[in-house]
Amino acid sequence: MRPLTLKRLLWTCGALAVVLLACMVLALNLGAVPISVTDLVLNLGRVAIGQSDQLPTEYRLIVFDLRLPRILLGILVGAALSVSGASFQAMLRNPLADPFILGVSSGAAVGSILATLIAPRFTLITPLGAFLGAITTIAAVYFLGRREGELDSTTLLLGGVISASFLSAIVMFLMTALTGRDLRGTVFWLMGDLSTPIQPGLQWIFSVGLLAGIGAIYTTAADLNLLLTGEREAIHLGVDVTRVKLVVYVSASLLTGLAVSASGTIGYVGLLVPHAVRLLFGPDYRLLIPASALCGAIAIVLADTLARTVAAPTELPVGAMTAMAGAPLFIYLLRRGMR
Amino acid sequence: MSTHETSTQELGSRAKPAKAARTVRLNVEQASFAYAASAESAPTFTLGATSFQARERELVAILGPNASGKSTLLRLVSGTLAPLSGRVELDGQETSRLDSRTRAQRIAVVHQESPILYAARAGDFVLQGRHPYGRALRLATTEDVAIARNALAQVGAEHLASRTIGELSGGEKQRVILARALAQQPRLVLLDEPTLHLDIGAQVELLERLRQLAEENQYAVVVVTHELALAAEFADQVVLLHHGTCLRVGSPAAVYQRELLEQVFEAPLDVELGPAGRPRVHLRAGRTEDAT
Repeated sequence: MRPLTLKRLLWTCGALAVVLLACMVLALNLGAVPISVTDLVLNLGRVAIGQSDQLPTEYRLIVFDLRLPRILLGILVGAALSVSGASFQAMLRNPLADPFILGVSSGAAVGSILATLIAPRFTLITPLGAFLGAITTIAAVYFLGRREGELDSTTLLLGGVISASFLSAIVMFLMTALTGRDLRGTVFWLMGDLSTPIQPGLQWIFSVGLLAGIGAIYTTAADLNLLLTGEREAIHLGVDVTRVKLVVYVSASLLTGLAVSASGTIGYVGLLVPHAVRLLFGPDYRLLIPASALCGAIAIVLADTLARTVAAPTELPVGAMTAMAGAPLFIYLLRRGMR
Repeated sequence: MSTHETSTQELGSRAKPAKAARTVRLNVEQASFAYAASAESAPTFTLGATSFQARERELVAILGPNASGKSTLLRLVSGTLAPLSGRVELDGQETSRLDSRTRAQRIAVVHQESPILYAARAGDFVLQGRHPYGRALRLATTEDVAIARNALAQVGAEHLASRTIGELSGGEKQRVILARALAQQPRLVLLDEPTLHLDIGAQVELLERLRQLAEENQYAVVVVTHELALAAEFADQVVLLHHGTCLRVGSPAAVYQRELLEQVFEAPLDVELGPAGRPRVHLRAGRTEDAT
């Protein structure tokens, strides 16, 4: 018997954090304008000791004004979507659950565009609208997925896929109503894209929201392990299922809402990352949640770097990258589940 | 209700005289329940007043065909339903009034094997039984690990600890699920149709093990089943349910009467008394030579 220990938990997360840092350095380094690693380390060192005024201007512009905010946004979006996907998988007892597949991301997109249409001057309303859109959608899909009082795996997924396509159509429709947006804006919402940084005033809201959302879900990690073996079983082992459901659905919707209002609907992250983490570290949610957050951040930073460089100087939306990896995995999991 | 009392007395005085000295763990007294679609509408299913007791080391079988109210009675006993009238007490405390954590420390419930989503290792699965004793992340203490190991040993499944649940056979899985219940260190173990997916050898093994565990750990065991033969062979007491009514409570010998069982199970049956004083039930098939 080899139960999870605090030591293993901290070592795993520490190692993943180091990998994330390495990926960040790589992402800062790569792009349309190549920058040598030594220069980068030297200049990062200057910033670290508070001598940022000594930086060459092109460095400041490319590395700190363009690439770094984009990487930080990628970390936020990747962590949020992965943790939210892992939580949906436990709550719905469905290995194929993911905010994008269930339509929650599209719901958040509709909510956030509607909010922008209603009150364009009030910036805080965008993430709030996205949160409301996300929570409404997951509630709707949850009830669509019920059959004779029980969650039915196939009905749930179909309900989600149909909701996603319906809500995407609404996104297209609403985009025509938003003036000053071009095709790029529509792609931003439908495929997900990290090129628009978070507005300066909202950065702290996104950071606090991300940490609060992941933290709240993490308090239920031990309960989620039991919920995986069934709701009834969890109740008999002393889990307050109603409380856990409330905490997890609200927090996961918050995380999806934050990610979508910042980056549009990046698909399959919540499916890809938790499954990769399970393969590497096992299915224990006490390790899965922090490891998914870190691996999600790593995955999006790498995917976006790839999206920026693969056809440089043209940039692809990062959602195209994740969909290319995620859709085949979905098919594989679906086939495996059917056998 | 006089039937219940006489049968219980019968059990106390004649069949097993030692039983009377044992402490009553579970006391179900005139407990009833009714399901209705809404508060105003007529109930769709009612469980009439049911009374029985389970002492420590005793195995009680709740017996009946489908839709007889077995599961409802089990939920009343487990405390997830509060009775409409009457009371269900474990060591003097009403089970439905216990908070979920305390309840999980005292009552373990084993359901029909449910599908497990991601393949956890059997050892980690058994450690989940320590959940009601831990806080926050519930990282296992050395004591938890010792208790889980012991639980696996009690069901003869130590060698399965590092296997994943998905790799186990039906009988092995059932043993691991039982070990998780034992790790809860309960006073009462409830099992809902535990033999449903097991072949006959594994069924007998499971029930023998349950008897032995009840003896070793001094808890009461309540098994919901529709298996007439198994209940006759292993139960100290049988609670016979039919269409939501408790027909009889008592020792298998007292409850297993041909006319009664034939009426309840709607099948031609033969009942004879075996050498150990336990009844034997046979299905009387169309050809009469099979019956004898």
